[in-house]
Amino acid sequence: MTDFKETGVVDLKTLVKMGYVPSDVRLHRGPVAIYECVEEIPCDVCVFSCPFNAVSKNKMTDIPKVDFERCTGCGVCVGRCPGLAVFVVDVSREGDEGYVTLPHELLPPPSQGDAVVVLDREGGEAGTGRVVKTYRDRLTGSWVTTVAVPKNLVMNVRAIRVIKR
Amino acid sequence: MIVNPDLRIYTHPILEFKRGGEVTVFFEGKPFRAFEGEALAAAIYASGVNVFRISPVRGRPRGVFCMVGKCGSCMVRVDGVPMRSCVTSVRHDMKVERVSGLPDLSRYGRDVAREELDVDVLIIGGGPAGMASAEVLCGTDLETVLIDDQIRLGGQLIKQTHIFFGSRELFAGRRGFEIADDYNKRLSKCSNLKIITGTTVVGVFKEGVLAVGDNVLYLVRPKYVVVAAGAFENHLVFDNNDLPGVMGAGGAQTLMNVWGVKPGSEVLVIGSGNVGLIISYQLLQAGVNVKAVVEALPRIGGWFVHAAKIRRYGIPILTRHTILSVKGSERVEEAVIASVDENWNVVPGTEKAIKTDTVLLAVGLTPNTELLRQFGVAMKYIPDLGGLVPLRTRYMETSVENVFIAGDIAAIEEATTAFIEGWIAGYSILIKAYGEREDFIESREKYLRMLQEYRSAPVSEKVRRGWQLSLIS
Ligand code: SF4
Ligand code: SF4
Repeated sequence: MTDFKETGVVDLKTLVKMGYVPSDVRLHRGPVAIYECVEEIPCDVCVFSCPFNAVSKNKMTDIPKVDFERCTGCGVCVGRCPGLAVFVVDVSREGDEGYVTLPHELLPPPSQGDAVVVLDREGGEAGTGRVVKTYRDRLTGSWVTTVAVPKNLVMNVRAIRVIKR
Repeated sequence: MIVNPDLRIYTHPILEFKRGGEVTVFFEGKPFRAFEGEALAAAIYASGVNVFRISPVRGRPRGVFCMVGKCGSCMVRVDGVPMRSCVTSVRHDMKVERVSGLPDLSRYGRDVAREELDVDVLIIGGGPAGMASAEVLCGTDLETVLIDDQIRLGGQLIKQTHIFFGSRELFAGRRGFEIADDYNKRLSKCSNLKIITGTTVVGVFKEGVLAVGDNVLYLVRPKYVVVAAGAFENHLVFDNNDLPGVMGAGGAQTLMNVWGVKPGSEVLVIGSGNVGLIISYQLLQAGVNVKAVVEALPRIGGWFVHAAKIRRYGIPILTRHTILSVKGSERVEEAVIASVDENWNVVPGTEKAIKTDTVLLAVGLTPNTELLRQFGVAMKYIPDLGGLVPLRTRYMETSVENVFIAGDIAAIEEATTAFIEGWIAGYSILIKAYGEREDFIESREKYLRMLQEYRSAPVSEKVRRGWQLSLIS
């Protein structure tokens, strides 16, 4: 496990250890939130943003605890989290495509059908994807954007670069 | 036709820049396009002016640094009168020249109005802390005056475009500049509150507190004072560190987020605290190429989530690195960085030149405590709080009775804690003025608990430690 405060990049092992990766069964049942909020900071935006009470904290400074049974993968928290630390993954559909929903705040604005370059946690190009859905969060203005990517990349893709023709 | 480079941001993912009508200003005889409402420094910087003045002793070029009127690096002569161009609004047909050497006192002897104010409360500084105190006092019969040196209240909030953390009561989920807008509206409606902007409190005298506005001298005699004067950005020692293009990160934030002007086209950020990480992300949003974030420590200073935001767009964070020098004639053209070992020594042979036109310093802040020292407040050097800071009670009163503090002047922290401290100071004044009313005490206790909760995370360890050392009973 690497020290994420040395690199600014968290690895999968750490996420698993912190309870942020749902079981395979849950993952295959439908969309679910992956929280990458691995450091204790004073914030509980996710707790009061979630319409399904799926996120909790005992203290404002704990790391959030996600109840994967309650989480519907609705994506509300993706657009609200000030740390841009929440993603929704969906590997439940037939075929080779999985979906990642992520917050996007750069130009050009994404629109449905756009081709995108997908980036991993270090900004490395992990391949290409396609915007299947996007909307602006009404409070923050973030584009909550769902991209289709190869299923095996859903736990890697954490940002996009929008290509406009 | 005027053809100059243009660093203005016209499209932005989050912000919208409203510009007034087009005007022309002349700098060193050449015409430049500007927009009504713009700060002069921002307008001419946007058109490619790098050198604003020539230093008095060694004749070195100087450019913009702080963008909030604190450093004097951008002083120019406007129609013959020396002015800090970052806090001067453009006017059509202005004739602007570089100041070479010391500026002159061309305005000395001019008639100014004088105003004497006998008030209950004087709040110095209209950032989050000062606005919070004013909010508590609003609607009471305590006559209050709030003095701020900027054009508009809000302090550093007006350039904060990121979404706030913290709980709902603490504005979480909102962006800083929106909070500032709300407060500007709300406070302007308080009948017991007089807001004086564009005015600097310069000193404490036997006769009262003196403040200097553009055309008015104020002498204020308050019963209670809240000093919420904030902090200023630290500089860093390296070769050529005064070359235009080396700028405070906060200055760059003002340029970019308030005035909609890019600080440069390629930027190297020094310091990986939250300020350095957040500005890097904002530069990305403005379409600026961020070369790297350089950090001398082995670990990233700011919050992980802020680091992750820039890493996923490929911005490297170079820990155990430092900046050695910048090179360039009228502006930075190149920066040299190198690795450092555990003892902070440069590792020979690791020097690397990076092509960049801008270097932003995000290497911490120092509390702006000069006025407090004039009030005679007991101070202590506490590095964990940012340097020399006032001693205080848990109710935010200093060693001098009825002189209160709130915000970065008490400890370098965040807008959220500045608000809470401002509320606490406000209630402390109400309790002194009206006696120990239960509702006041209860409110103050609530905010004291909030402050404690907010600071309970490991990321606040330094402040917690420092705060203990700064307490008096
Ligand atoms: S995705 Fe929806 S249900 Fe799941 S945690 Fe976020 S807001 Fe709650
Ligand atoms: S809202 Fe985001 S940053 Fe805040 S605690 Fe939740 S996951 Fe972490």
